[in-house]
Amino acid sequence: MINQNEIMETIHMIDQQHLDVRTITMGIDLLSCAHSDVKVSCTKIYDKITRYAENLVSTGEAIEKEFGIPIVNKRISVTPISLVAAAAETDSYVPYAIALDKAAKATGVNFIGGFSALVQKGMTDSDRKLIASIPEALATTDIVCSSVNVGSTKAGIDMDAVALMGRTVKDLAQRTADQGGFGCAKLVVFCNAVEDNPFMAGAFHGVGEAERVINVGVSGPGVVHHALQAVKGQPFDVVAETIKKTAFRITRVGQLVAQEASRRLNTPFGIVDLSLAPTPAVGDSVARILEEMGLEVCGTHGTTAALAMLNDAVKKGGVMASSHVGGLSGAFIPVSEDEGMIAAAASGALSLDKLEAMTCVCSVGLDMIAIPGDTPAETISAIIADEAAIGMVNCKTTAVRVIPAPGCKVGDTVEFGGLLGSAPVQPVHPWSAKAFVDRGGRIPAPLHSLKN
Amino acid sequence: MNAIVTVIGKDRVGITASVCALLAKYNINILDITQTVLQDYFTMVMLVDASDSTAPIAELSDVLAKAGEEQALSIRIQREDIFQAMHRI
Repeated sequence: MINQNEIMETIHMIDQQHLDVRTITMGIDLLSCAHSDVKVSCTKIYDKITRYAENLVSTGEAIEKEFGIPIVNKRISVTPISLVAAAAETDSYVPYAIALDKAAKATGVNFIGGFSALVQKGMTDSDRKLIASIPEALATTDIVCSSVNVGSTKAGIDMDAVALMGRTVKDLAQRTADQGGFGCAKLVVFCNAVEDNPFMAGAFHGVGEAERVINVGVSGPGVVHHALQAVKGQPFDVVAETIKKTAFRITRVGQLVAQEASRRLNTPFGIVDLSLAPTPAVGDSVARILEEMGLEVCGTHGTTAALAMLNDAVKKGGVMASSHVGGLSGAFIPVSEDEGMIAAAASGALSLDKLEAMTCVCSVGLDMIAIPGDTPAETISAIIADEAAIGMVNCKTTAVRVIPAPGCKVGDTVEFGGLLGSAPVQPVHPWSAKAFVDRGGRIPAPLHSLKN
Repeated sequence: MNAIVTVIGKDRVGITASVCALLAKYNINILDITQTVLQDYFTMVMLVDASDSTAPIAELSDVLAKAGEEQALSIRIQREDIFQAMHRI
């Protein structure tokens, strides 16, 4: 039998160290909903989502109670809408976003992702329509998330799309100015986007996926932080071992929940995403783990090395605990969603440049960063290009989710509330990249993409 | 199906009796009990068989949590699987 100490250890992890399953995300294929008539297509989408995900939330809640572990979010990801809507005779895809929003609300989930386009090598007419619809779509809906993949290691970087996305982010911020540019928190620009990511805002159901699937994202920065407090001053070998053991336990819980949800919903199990996903709550921060390793504040010299080790150890520990690992799998470093990152950014210790360096070794990219409202679109495009280049060359996923908060200047704070937290507005370089972004075209794929 | 019931709180007379009575009411069989009191702090862990329970575990979880609140205790029931998954390969 399991002994009392082990039982109490688990209970302390849940009670005091914020151990939870961050999300159960159901991926749903919508290709069967394509139709030349937008209304017909949207009705099919609504019907299919509400039919497949009818019991998603209630099942999640039942599992939560039986195992006594919080399952924070229940979400849906769908086939990129630029593919589903391609057959429709329309110029605006906003009705699709509205249909997704309605369907998601009917099922009770808190976000639905997939108002997306994959344009790493070029844009179809449908992709252009989708991107053009993003500002209105995200400003008029509540829980629809959007993502656009502008580059990949195989295809290079589509600089026309990068330029377009800079303008799209700006436009979206303006349209949601009354909420501090909140719309931008629902839009991710990717390089090497993955098809089975359960985390928002970048989740979509890839075309290589099954009819429907259950993906689970775990969490647990607080648990890792707590475990490291017990090995103060010891060498990194010990630190890595401690993180691996902790990640293993966290992931086993995710795997258990994923299997149970898959069985009850009669939906195939896809993957467990081994991510350390922070929240703005005290004691649930990735930045504080890095500081526990010996850094005075996250963002100082040494931060990149600390994050690299953390990210690697999380994967090594988690990979044996799950039968299928996928998604983004690593440490997330969103600024507004991490209490320690917020403090570091507010104190000036954590700069955008350091965050960019950190994205070379973590699982995603520049995430939930507020920048001044008067940042030019070209500068945002250049930030996207830098991030995409890091992803392309290092064969990893990178992303940009920045919020050019309208009317806000460096030193202001933008409040998003809930899991999205608050973000101090961080400075960007004032020097222009306009001529660079205006070139357009494609940055060729790197030499090491030629693996065949 | 086996489950783990944990009771945590300040020690006083009758905690074990009240929890056991509640479990018996739902036809839950207690297989094993360990209990410690450290500096007036009471911790009890029970392994129970909930196969013949008259209510599903999700419902019991609410009932026990409520009973706990009334007595200023934390009482929870969780399927044994979660502990097995975390602590056994």
